[in-house]
Amino acid sequence: MYPREFDYVAPASLEEAFVALGDDAKVLAGGMSLIPLMKLRLLSPGLIVDIGRIPGLDSIEEADGHITIGALVRHADTASNPLVTANAAALAVAASMTGDVQVRNRGTTCGSAAHADIAADQPAALIACGATMVARSASGSREIAAAGFFVDTLTSALTPAEVLTAIKLPKAGPGEASAYDKLGRRGGHSDYAVAGAAAWVKKSNGMVEAARVALTGVGTKPMLLEGVGSALVGADGSDAAVAAASAHALDAVTVLEDLYGSEEYKGHLAKVFVARAMKKALAAV
Amino acid sequence: MTRYLGTSVKRVEDPRFLRGLGKYVANLTLPNMAYAAVKRSPLAHAKIRGIDTTRAKALDGVIAVFTGEDLLEGTGGFKCGSLPCGFQVPNLNMPPHNPLAVDKVRHVGDGIAVVVAESPYIAEDALDLIEVDLDPLPAVVDARGAMADGAPLVHDSAEQNLAFHWPLGDEEAVNEALSKSDHVVELEFINQRLIANAMEPRAAAAEWDPATESLTVWTTSQNPHTIRLLLGAFTLGIPEHKIRVISPDVGGGFGSKIFHYPEEVIVPFAARAVGRPVKWVATRSESYVTDAQGRDHVTKAKLGVNNDGTMTALHVTTWANMGAYLSTFGPLIPTALYITLFSGVYKTPVIFGEAYGTFTHTVPVDAYRGAGRPEASYLVETMVDLAARKLGMDPVELRRKNLIPTDAFPYQTPVALMYDSGNYQALFEKIEELSGYESLRKEQEAARAEGRLVGVGFASCIEASGPAPSAVAVGLGAAIGLFESGAIRVHPTGKVTVLTGSHSHGQGHETTFAQIVADQFGIDIADVDIVHGDTGRVQYGIGTYGSRSAAIGGSALVKSAEKIREKLKQIAAHQLEASVEDMVYDQDEGTISVAGSPDMVKTFAELAFASVLANNLPEGMEPGLEESSFYDPANFTFPASAHVAKVEIDPKTGEVDLQSYAAVDDVGNVINPMIVEGQILGGIVQGVGQALWENGIYDEDGQLLSGSMLSYAMPRADGFPSIALDRIETPSPHNPLGVKGAGEMGTIAATAAVSSAVLDALAPLGVRHLNMPLTAEKIHQAIAAAGNGGGE
Repeated sequence: MYPREFDYVAPASLEEAFVALGDDAKVLAGGMSLIPLMKLRLLSPGLIVDIGRIPGLDSIEEADGHITIGALVRHADTASNPLVTANAAALAVAASMTGDVQVRNRGTTCGSAAHADIAADQPAALIACGATMVARSASGSREIAAAGFFVDTLTSALTPAEVLTAIKLPKAGPGEASAYDKLGRRGGHSDYAVAGAAAWVKKSNGMVEAARVALTGVGTKPMLLEGVGSALVGADGSDAAVAAASAHALDAVTVLEDLYGSEEYKGHLAKVFVARAMKKALAAV
Repeated sequence: MTRYLGTSVKRVEDPRFLRGLGKYVANLTLPNMAYAAVKRSPLAHAKIRGIDTTRAKALDGVIAVFTGEDLLEGTGGFKCGSLPCGFQVPNLNMPPHNPLAVDKVRHVGDGIAVVVAESPYIAEDALDLIEVDLDPLPAVVDARGAMADGAPLVHDSAEQNLAFHWPLGDEEAVNEALSKSDHVVELEFINQRLIANAMEPRAAAAEWDPATESLTVWTTSQNPHTIRLLLGAFTLGIPEHKIRVISPDVGGGFGSKIFHYPEEVIVPFAARAVGRPVKWVATRSESYVTDAQGRDHVTKAKLGVNNDGTMTALHVTTWANMGAYLSTFGPLIPTALYITLFSGVYKTPVIFGEAYGTFTHTVPVDAYRGAGRPEASYLVETMVDLAARKLGMDPVELRRKNLIPTDAFPYQTPVALMYDSGNYQALFEKIEELSGYESLRKEQEAARAEGRLVGVGFASCIEASGPAPSAVAVGLGAAIGLFESGAIRVHPTGKVTVLTGSHSHGQGHETTFAQIVADQFGIDIADVDIVHGDTGRVQYGIGTYGSRSAAIGGSALVKSAEKIREKLKQIAAHQLEASVEDMVYDQDEGTISVAGSPDMVKTFAELAFASVLANNLPEGMEPGLEESSFYDPANFTFPASAHVAKVEIDPKTGEVDLQSYAAVDDVGNVINPMIVEGQILGGIVQGVGQALWENGIYDEDGQLLSGSMLSYAMPRADGFPSIALDRIETPSPHNPLGVKGAGEMGTIAATAAVSSAVLDALAPLGVRHLNMPLTAEKIHQAIAAAGNGGGE
């Protein structure tokens, strides 16, 4: 477990980080995914840009109708922060189910998103909660909707020059709620998701006015299930409506078989957890 | 002075571990040290057509590269030999096991070459520059499939890939009893391969001293003297008295650190060849493809049972996977530690068992916590459950009908073992109370009425711990006797150093052995230090495995203490001018006085000093106070346990929720209840790991698919409920402490108990058996096959 040789810089500001970044560089925040990959020599960047000493990136704040999660906010903080639990319960729960205690105390929510593992928990919650990813580089700043951020297996929409400096979550309005549930590889909620789903719903006058449902662990990336959300909209949110909507869980998903589940089983679990997430979200409204 | 035996003294080793002050092999840094890395085979079976080390040798910082041929040819008259198997069952086929492969590789991870470099980073870089030309050959990975016609041979010398066939018991009598039984339940099943994951990966370091022509080896071993013996007699050819083996702090073993490994040969060879100290530390990935693995049986079993629940006979055939080479104790595990346990806690009158040990293109298989005994208890308990279901009888009731009665001890089983003591009826009464067995069944009934899948599992198990009487061990095939040594050195001020042949790698011997010795003398536990793990300091000893340390290593210490107490009495009698027969050793106070004259008294420390002042000793007595003993046990000890697990299965996902767990264990007298409970708890968690999650999976090409923490599902704390523990104590009658083994009991019972619970939950669906691990997907498939388990 010895990585190949690499250079290391610890910039004092984002601007310095932007200068250092390039095609052969990787951003280090918590390091919970990056370091193991380097030690296994599956990834051998020439330069590590450690953003851990840059001030101002480690807080969760409310401003302009958004909750902002900085690049250095740890999973454990995301899981327990009152702003997150009140406005994006799905994300708080997903963060609480990420890794183990040590990983949650060290790894970051933004890092998990940038890593874009196909079975990570928080990406699904970010998609369902309608998060906006803030990517900055020397040439400026751009905002990417979470639903479009996860491009493929271990591939996000970030360019090598960019740092995911923050994630913005919309404040929850009246009648809105979200939830996340999964089956972990070691049973229960432990370990990566064999299948996990996040759901966000908005109800008014007893009807579902809007819904977003996202799936992780099953396909080639965490993804928005548009068919499920649109099937739920306009319904009353009853168990029957949920069941009907969850039937669309695999409409646009190519199920990936792995050691933890056959194609058939994972496809089945996708429907089960999509339904469970929707029920939990509806119950929380 | 308080007595320590039976009290939960806090572990004296923990402060250094908790503060990061433990000294492991990986911490060792010697002047001018070089670092080794091993090039390993990516294929399970291939001919080595060529190895080109030119580019690796040219890399800046690389000192040397050696191949398997280099090790055999040697340098300066110094060469390496084949790794031997230390347990020779009859007609054993033992092909050579070269420290680095020559001609052929036989499993993924088989070593091909070693790089010695200025840093571990450079050594790792150089591995990529070694070009190995491998000609792939077909592989076989399945224990039974290895014997099939046309299966690829692992070793040309082993026809049908057979290493051994080991039968035990009267097969004719068993067949006759089965034919007369009211029912015969049959089952064919798999006990899956497990992979040990000690916290500390293996490591080895070596330093050759040309001045004294002596070698020091640091290694993560559970038994450094055995490693020294094998290095001296087989693999290095350096005289044993010129080798010092040190196993310092070792971070867990679970059996996997018992064995003599290639790196313990390669690293000393490299150190001598380059003239510098060399260190190698396994990566976790390397551990997965080089540490001996566990279990991996295919078994066919038949159990006879009469209508009243009486078990009549058991017939078992097992194909046991040995992997590509025979590991040090490989053949012992599915034979003398497995088939001899088939009687369990039951009085089954006739039993026959046989094992075929087969070679496959997989990592070698050897002892893994429990080692044969969990396989036996899982087999027996699974068959007993099937019999109960066949008869429509409560599984506990059927077990009770067949228990060995308390007045039958010592009990001779039909499979060689003589149980020393036990009280299984008391064990059952206590577990039924602790687990609330009856109310669990009522809860289950109510849950089933609602269509929920709730199961209650029961396992009552035996262990033969503390291997072993040397005559028995050697008679069965062991290459060495299995006694233990213990020496006690009393210093002039009355402080004590204890030298034990046992080895602690997590068990807490530094505490429990100090408790034993402090009580023997009536002194403060802080005045006793335990030294272990260094053949340069400790007399020949055997080491720690098979739950043997307290019963054998502890008994050796008692014997030495008795000799010292006797000498102290003689000194006291002489100085107090009384007769030795009148001397009374007060082990509470640490004093010796004249019977009836309590003021005529000497303290332990006074007498220790008198022994080295040596001016007033009995006629002819030698000065000093140091004694050693080699304790050979009269028998194994036989701990027993009864465990109850309750599970509920999510019918939509197949997920198992382990909701409650209760365990009553009988490990004889308990030295330190806290440490014993820790051992039992850890064992339970490990046993549940096998039942629910862990699986060493090889594909048909011999690639290990579950070769990392990512894919091999170790248990985690969040998968467990609070575990209720209790115990009974039936002392072993044949060792002076009355103790039995405690290190493996949890593992032996838990796998069977949880498997039993899951199968019980699925019984209403008509599911008869599922092989472990009982993963959510496997269970969901069974539920779906029964016409359930649809969408939410």
